[in-house]
Amino acid sequence: MKKFNKQNLIKALKGNAGTYLLVIAAYIILQLMSAGDMISSSLEGQLVPICAYVVMAISLNLTVGVLGELSLGHASFMSVGAFTGVITAMSLSGVIPMGGVRLLLAMIVGAIFAAIFGVIVGVPVLRLRGDYLAIVTLAFGEIIKNIINCLYVGIDANGLHLSVTDAESLNMDGGTVILNGPMGAVGINKLSGFTAGFLLVIVCLVVVLNFVNSRSGRAVMAIRDNVIAAESVGINVTRYRLMAFVTSAALAGAAGALYAMNYSTVSAAKFNFNTSILVLVFVVLGGLGNIRGSIIAAAALTILPELLREFSDYRMLVYAIVLIVVMLMANSAGGKRIQLWLGDKFRALFGKFAKRNTAKGE
Amino acid sequence: MSKLVPVPSKSMIPERDLGKIPVLETRHLGIEFGGLTAVSEFDMTIGRTEIAGLIGPNGAGKTTVFNLITKVYQPTHGTTLLNGIDTYAMNTMQVNRAGIARTFQNIRLFQKMSVEDNVKVGLHNQTPYTMAEGVLRMPRYWSKERQAHERAMELLSLFHMEDMADVPAGSLPYGAQRRLEIVRALATNPSLLLLDEPAAGMNPSETAELMENIRHIRDTFQIAIMLIEHDMSLVMGICEGILVLNHGKIIAKGTPQQIQNDPVVIEAYLGKKKEG
Ligand SMILES: Nc1ncnc2c1ncn2[C@@H]1O[C@H](COP(=O)(O)OP(=O)(O)OP(=O)(O)O)[C@@H](O)[C@H]1O
Ligand SMILES: [Mg+2]
Repeated sequence: MKKFNKQNLIKALKGNAGTYLLVIAAYIILQLMSAGDMISSSLEGQLVPICAYVVMAISLNLTVGVLGELSLGHASFMSVGAFTGVITAMSLSGVIPMGGVRLLLAMIVGAIFAAIFGVIVGVPVLRLRGDYLAIVTLAFGEIIKNIINCLYVGIDANGLHLSVTDAESLNMDGGTVILNGPMGAVGINKLSGFTAGFLLVIVCLVVVLNFVNSRSGRAVMAIRDNVIAAESVGINVTRYRLMAFVTSAALAGAAGALYAMNYSTVSAAKFNFNTSILVLVFVVLGGLGNIRGSIIAAAALTILPELLREFSDYRMLVYAIVLIVVMLMANSAGGKRIQLWLGDKFRALFGKFAKRNTAKGE
Repeated sequence: MSKLVPVPSKSMIPERDLGKIPVLETRHLGIEFGGLTAVSEFDMTIGRTEIAGLIGPNGAGKTTVFNLITKVYQPTHGTTLLNGIDTYAMNTMQVNRAGIARTFQNIRLFQKMSVEDNVKVGLHNQTPYTMAEGVLRMPRYWSKERQAHERAMELLSLFHMEDMADVPAGSLPYGAQRRLEIVRALATNPSLLLLDEPAAGMNPSETAELMENIRHIRDTFQIAIMLIEHDMSLVMGICEGILVLNHGKIIAKGTPQQIQNDPVVIEAYLGKKKEG
């Protein structure tokens, strides 16, 4: 029995440790490349968004893949995190000079607010049986976008000012406008960086992977696989659904703060329905419940449009074709067979050069 | 509780349990589905370590009785007392925590999870630690997880399923899936185990083994077991009390001897089966 335990542990470690290693290796390689001026400036500009989208994909996978509920408004939690985060960072700029600390606080506040909205959306919906979450999150996305579009926030020596009409009615003496209605957050000082993004990805991985491999995570997956059976073994279905959904929302909030703090201006339109669907595509493409898949899909599909810039006319066409092909390859029986076949061919080819290693190849 | 009309319980409690409160007592239990009465006036008692059988032709309402007891359906009439406590206001989860565990006629496993994890989900309330303790991998996480693993393996060994621990539950053969459901139910530490057609789809040798196992489970865990079964050799072989249901009503109660010789039962159930 002891032996069994060890085997299980090693197996689990292999899976998760592999994911951590992948992220760390990618970080080191990209850091070295950027130090050696080996990556284009457009790619360099994508590093923080990639990290943000990776976190978005991992966190949405918690709702869609692990919990098995469809969310069509994940970007709205990103939006909540982005704007509350920006407001936090900017209003603390006089108090805390260290940019890193302000960014950290921004991400924490963003995560907390996104979690609060997660509770507001989740409590009424997740008590119900049926696919109501999709429709409610869809509506929630529109609501958040419209609220932020008519919100004006500014700061001066007296503190924060809030208005829903225009920037003038903030009644500030001097000070700066942080949120300027439809123009979104303006004059953000860029605090995000690749290292901060990398650290957030690691934190997100620790939270999600440890959650999934714990009692709570098992309860969530049990609910996904069979609600009645989960109830019949004494699992509080509403509680665990909410737990997964709110965790997912909080991580999206942190990702939003990271993302927003990478630009000088960000508007609510950036976090619209299309963004929610894009993140959903990452998750489906990477495989439901497959965290490593989410990371790879999010990174690859964020870079891909940049790489295709040269073929600007056919960019979206190629993007769509790549999406369809990968989707077919990854998620259909035929695709699995092709993968296996390719694997065999590859191994046979490889075997000619290195006979000994083939036996170990998985 | 005082509002309830006491029922003359035609008790089937075995002698060793006499004088103890019954583990389960149903009173006037019934349900209507939009005018159709599926079960009505279902009164019974189960002793603390009794093995009871619930039999009846197809569509008699047997599974519905289990669904009423476990609150998958909310009864429209009557109630159930578990260890003397009224379960009127409880839901499925609370009924399980109060001591009833069950299996399902159409197997409901957590298909994509491993066999061991299925049992660990059953152990959920036995190995408590918070989400934060789990995410931050605090000491209680490690100790409770070790407990859960050891207990899961111990329970799986009841059916010699330890070496299947890592296999996804959905890929197990049919018989093993039924056994896993029993293990998962036992993991919740119940005082009453409800088995809905545990031998369905099993061959005679598997059924005989299952019979031994059910008896063994009762003896080691000292719990009551109620089972629905069409296999008469199994029912007559292990049940101490049997209840016959037809068209949602109890038509006979008694020992296997009494049931086998009851003309009403023979006509409604056994007789028909012999003709066919
Ligand atoms: N949710 C429901 N809605 C409507 N009718 C139902 C529902 N559940 C059960 N019934 C009806 O109640 C009756 C009893 O069904 P039940 O499944 O309890 O029978 P059973 O004795 O378990 O039969 P079997 O031996 O085939 O499993 C059937 O006529 C069935 O159609
Ligand atoms: Mg049935």
